[in-house]
Amino acid sequence: MYLDNSATSKIDSEVLNEMMPYLTENFGNSSTPYSLGKISKKAVDEARIKVASLIGANPKEIYFTSGGTESDNIAIKGVAYSLKNKGNHIITSIIEHPAVLETCKYLEKNGFSITYVPVQNDGIINISEVKRAITPSTILITIMHANSEIGTIQPIEEIGKIAKENGIYFHTDAVQSVGKIPVDVDSLNVDLLSMSSHKIHGPKGIGALYIRKGLKISPIIHGGGQEQNIRPGTENVPGIVGFGKACEIAKRDLEKNMVQMTFLRDELIKGVLQNIKESYLNGHPEKRLPNNAHFRFTGIEGESLLLRLNLKGIAVSTGSACSSKSLEPSKVLKSIGLENVDSHGSLRLSLSKDTTLKEVQQVILELVEVVEKLRNISALW
Amino acid sequence: MYSEKVMEHFSNPKNAGEIKNPSGVGTVGNPSCGDLMTIYIYVEDEIIKDIKFKTFGCGAAIATSSMITELSKGKPINEALKITKSDVADALDGLPPVKMHCSNLAADALHAAIADYLEKQKINP
Repeated sequence: MYLDNSATSKIDSEVLNEMMPYLTENFGNSSTPYSLGKISKKAVDEARIKVASLIGANPKEIYFTSGGTESDNIAIKGVAYSLKNKGNHIITSIIEHPAVLETCKYLEKNGFSITYVPVQNDGIINISEVKRAITPSTILITIMHANSEIGTIQPIEEIGKIAKENGIYFHTDAVQSVGKIPVDVDSLNVDLLSMSSHKIHGPKGIGALYIRKGLKISPIIHGGGQEQNIRPGTENVPGIVGFGKACEIAKRDLEKNMVQMTFLRDELIKGVLQNIKESYLNGHPEKRLPNNAHFRFTGIEGESLLLRLNLKGIAVSTGSACSSKSLEPSKVLKSIGLENVDSHGSLRLSLSKDTTLKEVQQVILELVEVVEKLRNISALW
Repeated sequence: MYSEKVMEHFSNPKNAGEIKNPSGVGTVGNPSCGDLMTIYIYVEDEIIKDIKFKTFGCGAAIATSSMITELSKGKPINEALKITKSDVADALDGLPPVKMHCSNLAADALHAAIADYLEKQKINP
């Protein structure tokens, strides 16, 4: 049972079918003028339309990249380098993905000043903190749409409005939200938006950056002229085609999937909290992605929980530092006020459109048993 | 990431639980770092006749707790005191380097339990 869809998701069979010809006979380089190349070029153009359509953008505003990390890097460094004569201050949040945080840290070492806005205990950014952080030298605000760990959805529309009123560019990392909830670049007031294909049942290694028309940013990768000089390199045609199809399906099924995943998520949350004492939901109870349930369990450690569930054939993720290469507790969980001991006992279950009620009911039963077993041998229970 | 031995001891830990009237108890670790171990020993004629553990921690922490109980049960306390972290890791066919210090606290917990026993002996010889 796969409940780690926020990490990556299974490629859709419709997506794979769409990609296959471009992995086999239609292998032409889309920059070449002969027929085989033109077939690839046409496929890339069609995919661009599908990607743009999912977020209410113009196809010309879509730049294909290798994924969310690259999109974040191009957006943030691109604006920073482009506007460095205007100012050197960037506002971000403390709970961003490492692709944003590490990029900001890099810029910090290179003469830029970064304000890391805190979040409240429910994981939501306090808008007044963003307002307060703005200075005359602020050139960019970059705040994620939905958090990758606790699934909390940020008030992007309002933050975007503030940015617009102050003449500041606004970027959002929407890797976790695109395809799961409605995302419209105009309604959200964003100038730049990062997306990733493999979070929405598309292939890995492909993503896109939306850049609002008229906004000029400096390229950070140099080479050929592909992707309007912003992201040169031979196009990953099969990946782009797959991403386009994944976006088309996500748009087609958005409403249905949202309703279904929200129902299953709520069943899961209710089942866990009712059946396991001293279990808690992390993040905002309602302003969260339809597919994200993030818990903490007193007295047990997350990696043990993950391993026990894995032995039962269930794949999940944990906020436990012990399960990652770093031993530091999750910055996100710390920022919402959790003590280290509680952060270590956290677990993320992320559903997909393929998750069933039967699976949800089974994982609740398995969790009850596993938590009890671990608490029986815990020095803290 | 973990050896089969680690997973075996994690999945079916040996000697988990408490001893009601232990001869010594040792607790090491810090839950804020992610691991906390308590070892209980029952000593008769200077031999560890029974040993149990309770651990809050990751897979390596539980496996090392289980392994230390296996390595020390039935051993004279002076021999048990010679068991090192490396002995525990070796008996588990190795641990990932990052886990050696944070999760392999088992030998320290055992030594703390023995120290507690020896202390109590001084008070009540």
